[in-house]
Amino acid sequence: MADISLGGAAQSVGSIQSSYMAQVHRRRLYGGLTLLIFVVLMVSGFNVADDRNAGGFWEGLHQISDYPADVLSEAWEKRADLPGLVAKYFPALVETINIAAVSTLIGAIGGLFLSLLGTRGLAKWPRLIPLFRRISDIMRAVPEIVIALVLIFVLGGGPVPAMIAIAIHTAGALGKMFSEVAENADLKPVEGLASTGATWSQRMLLGVLPQVAPNYLSYSLLRFEINIRASAILGFVGAGGLGYELRNAMAWGPGRFDEAAAIFILLFGTIVFFDQVSSRYRNRLTEGQGQ
Amino acid sequence: MLRIDALTKRFGDKTAVDAANIFVDKPTMIGIIGRSGAGKSTLLRMVNRLSDATSGTITFEGEEISALRGAAKRDWQSRCAMIFQQFNLVPRMDVVSNVLHGTLNKRSTFATLFNLYPQSDIHKAIEILDRLGIAEQAPKRAEALSGGQQQRVAIARALMQDPKIILADEPIASLDPMNAQVVMQALRRIHEEDGRMVIANLHTLDTARRYCDRVIGMRDGRIVFDGTPEQLTTGVARDIYGAGADFSEAATSTEIETLERPELRAAEAYV
Repeated sequence: MADISLGGAAQSVGSIQSSYMAQVHRRRLYGGLTLLIFVVLMVSGFNVADDRNAGGFWEGLHQISDYPADVLSEAWEKRADLPGLVAKYFPALVETINIAAVSTLIGAIGGLFLSLLGTRGLAKWPRLIPLFRRISDIMRAVPEIVIALVLIFVLGGGPVPAMIAIAIHTAGALGKMFSEVAENADLKPVEGLASTGATWSQRMLLGVLPQVAPNYLSYSLLRFEINIRASAILGFVGAGGLGYELRNAMAWGPGRFDEAAAIFILLFGTIVFFDQVSSRYRNRLTEGQGQ
Repeated sequence: MLRIDALTKRFGDKTAVDAANIFVDKPTMIGIIGRSGAGKSTLLRMVNRLSDATSGTITFEGEEISALRGAAKRDWQSRCAMIFQQFNLVPRMDVVSNVLHGTLNKRSTFATLFNLYPQSDIHKAIEILDRLGIAEQAPKRAEALSGGQQQRVAIARALMQDPKIILADEPIASLDPMNAQVVMQALRRIHEEDGRMVIANLHTLDTARRYCDRVIGMRDGRIVFDGTPEQLTTGVARDIYGAGADFSEAATSTEIETLERPELRAAEAYV
């Protein structure tokens, strides 16, 4: 554009241009340095990890497909047995999903209270906000598998320790996510309800929950997906369900790979199924909110 | 230049724009007026291709705009700048970066990621800002500016696109009268000095009358008036807004001048 209309300010424009260019050059320099440091750290970190690796990354790379190939070829030979095996392990799958569902429900309720009690502006006891926040930090900082191992030691193997372990982690994780949503909630309805003499629980129930419910549900569904995977993994440490059967099948080694394949199919199918269902519902919830 | 034929947009069973026909043969400053919900914004958004038409065509210099897809559509959008009521800048980025966003269609994502704009573009961006009188704000974050300044940054972003058409969707609706005047004068100057077509949705009659060469009135999705500002009598305006005999232009005015008219001031004194 050649038409600079106000010629009088041309000199100041020149100085603005040069000072802005200096700023741009500085920013580019910092950006380039950051990128360089990032690349150097990535490469050196990889080399250190590769050196300490027992086998070595590059030597092991071509063997990566050996185990799946063994499993698949054996499963293919015994493919006639697969439907029967799928049916055999279906009850274990139901157990896994049950663990996930119950723990998500309990965890979401716990997370709801933690979030409301730990959010500025909503908390019943504002002074205790740090306490509730630390509680939820600790609950989600400890991995499910650690809690489950302790509980299995105390209570013995089975689905109940797994359920408690996942519920504790879920309550902490959802408490954090819920409280971030609640922080953005509009406080005007809460104030309106307070002006009528409503109790804290009434204010939360009528003033906050209607605003945050779609997001809370969406996060809970996401957590349910995660918990299905978690409860399958907890089976490995003796908490029952599909993971327990999978560990047995894999530990037996060749000869029972068909069972492992059947369990993989069940697990994979279930996760895909619940992913699809929950993402559809989550889409509907978030879209509905936009209108 | 620009021809809009039987352009229609439906949302479910509601018709937002109903068979609109507009023909523009030379760069003109056009004001579109009408109540909120009359379909003004939807019309402009279809011209920019932010939303697709249900039926009908838009043709610009022989090219059918409404049929463009993908890269061709984005190329059209770079030639047809849009200004919004809420400015739609990136609040956390500085003013010059926001103006440089006008060149995004010509840049790769990689170059954008590392902020690699050519020096000539950066200089041009600051010259445009200077033309709009806000060059001193260049290094500030967009969110730190007042509404009127932000809208001028948005106009600068539009100019950076070097467009044939500038669409302005209620450019002054969230500004105070003083800033509204500055922004409207800037748009008028761009039209006169650069010879660009400007189509602005306006919600006040006097703005349309004062700055536009041609006024289009919309009501319930239909174009009910298309003519010069002189042809826009109070009676026609009442029709466009669906208002009764108590409708007065001063009531919708945002101009400072209107309030300074002596007879009005006298009238106000009696109220």
